[in-house]
Amino acid sequence: MTENSGELDSADAGLVAALQRRDERVFTDVVTKYHGQLLRLALAHHPSRAIADEIVQETWLAVVQGVDRFEGRSSFKTWLFRILVNRARTRAEREGRMVPFSSLASEAEGDDDPAVSPDRFVPADHPEWSQWAGHWMVAPKSWGESPEQQLISRETRALIEAAISALPAGQRQVITLRDVEGWPSEHVCNVLEISETNQRVLLHRARSRVRAALERHFEG
Amino acid sequence: MTVMPADELTCQEVVELVTSYLEERLASEDRRRFDEHLAICEFCTEYLRQMRLTIGALGALPEEPISSDALAELQKAFRSFKR
Repeated sequence: MTENSGELDSADAGLVAALQRRDERVFTDVVTKYHGQLLRLALAHHPSRAIADEIVQETWLAVVQGVDRFEGRSSFKTWLFRILVNRARTRAEREGRMVPFSSLASEAEGDDDPAVSPDRFVPADHPEWSQWAGHWMVAPKSWGESPEQQLISRETRALIEAAISALPAGQRQVITLRDVEGWPSEHVCNVLEISETNQRVLLHRARSRVRAALERHFEG
Repeated sequence: MTVMPADELTCQEVVELVTSYLEERLASEDRRRFDEHLAICEFCTEYLRQMRLTIGALGALPEEPISSDALAELQKAFRSFKR
């Protein structure tokens, strides 16, 4: 990815030129390609489906209106997703439930959100096992020889989606881009405007919570 | 039971380092301690496997295609911006 190179790659340049000359076929292709990803990121900001749909529509309209002024300082994709993030944040602000940018950072601070409940480890003051303090007392059970099939079943997918929507906003945004969409971390930091360290902490908390939801599911 | 070396990580520490480990952001010394812990702890090995399975499952969530109505509306907007 050439996010900060300041140069547009030739595929992007061709795409932008086609949009600027109002090539509807290219527009349809680009909408079809990115719509699902934009919707997911919009949902990560606004769990309400109706609002998320509106944000995505507004984003495309902003693309149509703004593409003539696109200067290629970032890739087309980064530009597109930044528009969406800005729309989503403006909307949250307007609804008075902002989510200031700094809260993404504060969400990443503090030690009160352990990956695994502390009561699953041997406490330091355990009467007999104190030399094992911090080691598993209630260890994770195996999810079986090959749980991959079960993990992509409809039921499990619904459970994962519910676990994501239950996350705090910053964690939800980061896990959506990193793990659901598979973006590299630099790109995520760039679009969400957070530091690499914050991004990693948010990702860690989010993944830990989704794993815990799956564990409850597997252990039934 | 195996006796843990003095600088051995605890399981509780390991679960907090999993993401840094997978992101290859651990300092080499911490990475060594993490690997040494995994070598003797089947529970943390299972935990790491579950985190990898979780990441794999997240990456396999299906994407929702755009509805034909929403697409038609956007195409109409696009056309109306024609110069």
